[in-house]
Amino acid sequence: MTNINERNHIAHINTTQEVNIISDGLVAIPMLQLLDTNGEYLSHNPSPLTQESALKILYSMHYTRLLDERMVSAQRQGRISFYLACTGEEAAVVASTAALEPVDMIMSQYREQGALVYRGYTTAQFMNQLFSNKLDPNKGRQMPIHYGDKTLNFMTVSSPLGTQIPQAAGYAFGQKYTGEAALTICYFGEGAASEGDFHAGLNMAAVLNCPTIFFCRNNGYAISTPTAEQFAGDGIASRGIGYGVKTIRVDGNDAMAVFAATQAARKIALAESCPVLIEAMTYRLAAHSTSDDPSGYRSADEEVKWQEKDPIARLQKYCIAQSWLDLEHLDAYITQSRAEILAEVKRAEKEDYASIDDLFADVYAVLPKHLDTQKQSLQAHIKKYPEAYPKTARELL
Amino acid sequence: MAQMNLLQAINNALITAMRADNKVLVLGEDVGHFGGVFRATSHLQEEFGRERCFNTPLVEQGIIGFANGLAAQGCKPVAEIQFGDYIFPAFDQIINETAKFRYRSGGQFDCGGLTIRTPYGGGIAGGHYHSQSPEAFFAHIPGIKVVIPRNPYQAKGLLLSAIREPDPVIFFEPKRLYRAAVGDVPESDYELPLGHADIVQTGSDITLVAWGAQVEIIQEAAQRALGDGISCEVIDLQSILPWDIATVSTSVVKTGRLLINHEAPLTAGFAAEVAAEIQSQCFLSLEAPIMRVCGLDTPYPLVHEKEYMPDALKTYEAIIATMNY
Ligand SMILES: Cc1ncc(C[n+]2csc(CCOP(=O)(O)OP(=O)(O)O)c2C)c(N)n1
Ligand SMILES: [Mg+2]
Repeated sequence: MTNINERNHIAHINTTQEVNIISDGLVAIPMLQLLDTNGEYLSHNPSPLTQESALKILYSMHYTRLLDERMVSAQRQGRISFYLACTGEEAAVVASTAALEPVDMIMSQYREQGALVYRGYTTAQFMNQLFSNKLDPNKGRQMPIHYGDKTLNFMTVSSPLGTQIPQAAGYAFGQKYTGEAALTICYFGEGAASEGDFHAGLNMAAVLNCPTIFFCRNNGYAISTPTAEQFAGDGIASRGIGYGVKTIRVDGNDAMAVFAATQAARKIALAESCPVLIEAMTYRLAAHSTSDDPSGYRSADEEVKWQEKDPIARLQKYCIAQSWLDLEHLDAYITQSRAEILAEVKRAEKEDYASIDDLFADVYAVLPKHLDTQKQSLQAHIKKYPEAYPKTARELL
Repeated sequence: MAQMNLLQAINNALITAMRADNKVLVLGEDVGHFGGVFRATSHLQEEFGRERCFNTPLVEQGIIGFANGLAAQGCKPVAEIQFGDYIFPAFDQIINETAKFRYRSGGQFDCGGLTIRTPYGGGIAGGHYHSQSPEAFFAHIPGIKVVIPRNPYQAKGLLLSAIREPDPVIFFEPKRLYRAAVGDVPESDYELPLGHADIVQTGSDITLVAWGAQVEIIQEAAQRALGDGISCEVIDLQSILPWDIATVSTSVVKTGRLLINHEAPLTAGFAAEVAAEIQSQCFLSLEAPIMRVCGLDTPYPLVHEKEYMPDALKTYEAIIATMNY
């Protein structure tokens, strides 16, 4: 393998006398698949998943699906303002997180609640954020689904797309520099991979030897825009090669394959101090968000085709065939989780909102004079017109 | 005349412009077949084909860079940035390229055909990243024009002017009024001049200035102040750059008082520019300090949106304070 410096040197480039314009990718990049849609194990190698790890992934996927179903309907009932489901992509997110260590930093886009589920984010924590109440760690400042948890090494979500990609390179550089035995995984959609930040992030991670896993969920759409209108090359994977980033493409609806690929990526990234790009081929079965109706841009037939590749059913069939799964136990878990979500919805929506202090805190480490002045005049104004500001009037009277 | 909401008026302006001139092209994220996340570009692809209304990859710097090139070649791109909050990846292309294309080439090249449309502003529970009002950043840059309509009639007339006039224009659309603002709009082709303010209501005691969605807020405050016998003159700036200094200063000479209201944070917001200019033009006419009622100097919040906003009550209080100065 030639190293970067050698490649840059013109003396090492073979010459040719043919005017040979390369018109296609040299080879289409294959996709790692270990389970077929019937949950049949396809490889001759031993399975990368133990019973315990397979079941934890399966249960986390079930919980994620349930949470999404409940919260989409909570949004329809007007109980929360917005939601965004991960349906169809649970394996890509959950099984990749499962292949990491808890010390590894996760930088997500917004559709990766399954990673939090796997790491043990509680129903109560989900609801506090979704209802923007005073227990929300973001202090009610961000829209629903903008989770973040420092103790779980899950970086707070930011809506502007792609911004976390170069940040993940920098974070991983810092982990390596300070001697942490940890890396950073960065999730993003194939749409976000069009942003300039994607190119900056991959190139910098490669040149600066950052232990970063760039995990692309290629789910077919960026809101209404299909991949055919997003890029003309061989998916996102082909770009990794262009940047000198080790790359693998994986069946994103196959939890086993996602797990195996991410496990291998983690090993290489830490051992060789380098980034790895994973492109997970999957499908956004959900609407883009609760503000979206996909019937305007894709066919029901297409959705049905992908429902048949459901990632949860696939791993579940495998677990059943291995006699690993106690279906009664799973049913009880689902029933109990549903009840827990309902109870937590009821609790979280009754909590108070963050205090008016939290409107002004954290803009800077210390509240500057000019903001303190604005706060005092706002407080005086609210005291004068308490009925106009019901969320904060109570605490001031 | 037809009843339209703000979105329909924008859609109608785009159709009008595209029918009249085949150099007008519409591009942006999800603007094609789908018609944009707010549906401002509905049916354009149907009528004009993929060549004239198309989805771009998800890259704002690319959208504006591409549109700059397209405009330099002589076309008239109308580029949509899905939310004003996501215009910043394109900041370099706008500030260093769009705005300076003509000047730096001695007038040989320009991207005057470019219009950038983007929804801006709060009031929709959008939190930090679906609520910001970035107009002041762009007003700081010589070479582009900045326009903000408040109702469907203005939106159509101003957008048609923006598309046709020889300078690049950023057209900020108040998204909380997209469906809420409804009014009569001529079905014919008409233009409203850029750089002109609109006197919404005449009055004698104090001049209130705003633009976009905040105009209805100062109108509400003016109504409340009327109960105290205070007569407010309400002015909608419509264009932030260049802005109509003459209309505002004539009004302030008459009333002796000025209040400016905008959603963007107070510090270095466009109200500061208006205040500085008017105090120098009208110094001897002023009977009270110029007041600014603006967003707080915090990121745009979510649950405290009401507290953050420069609403009618805060504006009313400031009117009273100015009158009692
Ligand atoms: C910089 C920026 N531009 C535009 C948007 C609006 N937006 C939100 S999600 C989205 C599509 C993202 O698609 P993709 O990256 O494929 O992720 P997916 O939703 O499919 O998971 C767009 C355009 C944004 N959030 N940030
Ligand atoms: Mg996508």
